[in-house]
Amino acid sequence: MAETDADWRALTERIQGMMRFTPHAHALNFSITHVERGKAHGLAPFRADLVGDPDTGVIAGGVVIAFLDHLSGVAAMTALKTPTSLATLDLRIDYMRPAAAGADVRAEAHCYKVARSVAFVRATAFEQSPDDPIANATGVFMVGAAQGKAS
Amino acid sequence: MSGVSGPEIGDVIARIPYATFLGVRAEQRGDELTLILPYKEMLIGNPMLPALHGGVVGAFMELAAIAQLSIATRGARLPKTIDITIDYMRSGKPKDTFARARVVRTGRRIANVHVEAWQGERAAPIAALHGNFLLTADEEPASGD
Repeated sequence: MAETDADWRALTERIQGMMRFTPHAHALNFSITHVERGKAHGLAPFRADLVGDPDTGVIAGGVVIAFLDHLSGVAAMTALKTPTSLATLDLRIDYMRPAAAGADVRAEAHCYKVARSVAFVRATAFEQSPDDPIANATGVFMVGAAQGKAS
Repeated sequence: MSGVSGPEIGDVIARIPYATFLGVRAEQRGDELTLILPYKEMLIGNPMLPALHGGVVGAFMELAAIAQLSIATRGARLPKTIDITIDYMRSGKPKDTFARARVVRTGRRIANVHVEAWQGERAAPIAALHGNFLLTADEEPASGD
């Protein structure tokens, strides 16, 4: 449990490195703005080629799915004592309202429980404040998904 | 294409910038629709395995639901997602992915849709989605709001 600033810097750098080497997160320009134990904040910038409905000009629901899935995985990663691979088992998303047209989407994810095999995460997407959410997500991740497979 | 038969699926997909970004294509036989997500390196979420990003598989299935609904309801406006639940059964290999959506029930305002995504075998889905979608009727004004 003893964590030094150096540990946190190393973890933050490791996670930011992971983002750079995750092709899909890179393709959508996702960024991680803050991490702490079990928590991650991130940004999915608006782009015209990511619009989901040309009549409204709102970023696609699919981008919000990918972003919440990704950020939830990052939050789970920060909650693990030993770094290992994670895979999404299931993800539920409730859309409270459409995002504002042309707006960037922010999100916060909180991994509130890590068990031996699974991690449980909640996440919220919003433009300005988590008190005015676009969507809420609940996800369950398998811990050590790639054991014996990845190097 | 014609106003009587409702929108052709190719037109629906082509109108969605995000679907174009992903390179999604559609094959339609009658009212049965298969969406294809051609493999690209940018779809990878875990480069070590490698595996497709779970989020993009979910997004692809949501597109399949929206496309199937817009054919079924013949609406000019796209349906809006209310909630979705995605189950991941297998990791997505770096190859083409397919999805087919089934409209379980269509009410006046809400439709319930089930989608499966697969790669090699249809009988061995990599992921499934079920969700509720709000139908935005063109001619019928939303009551109360």
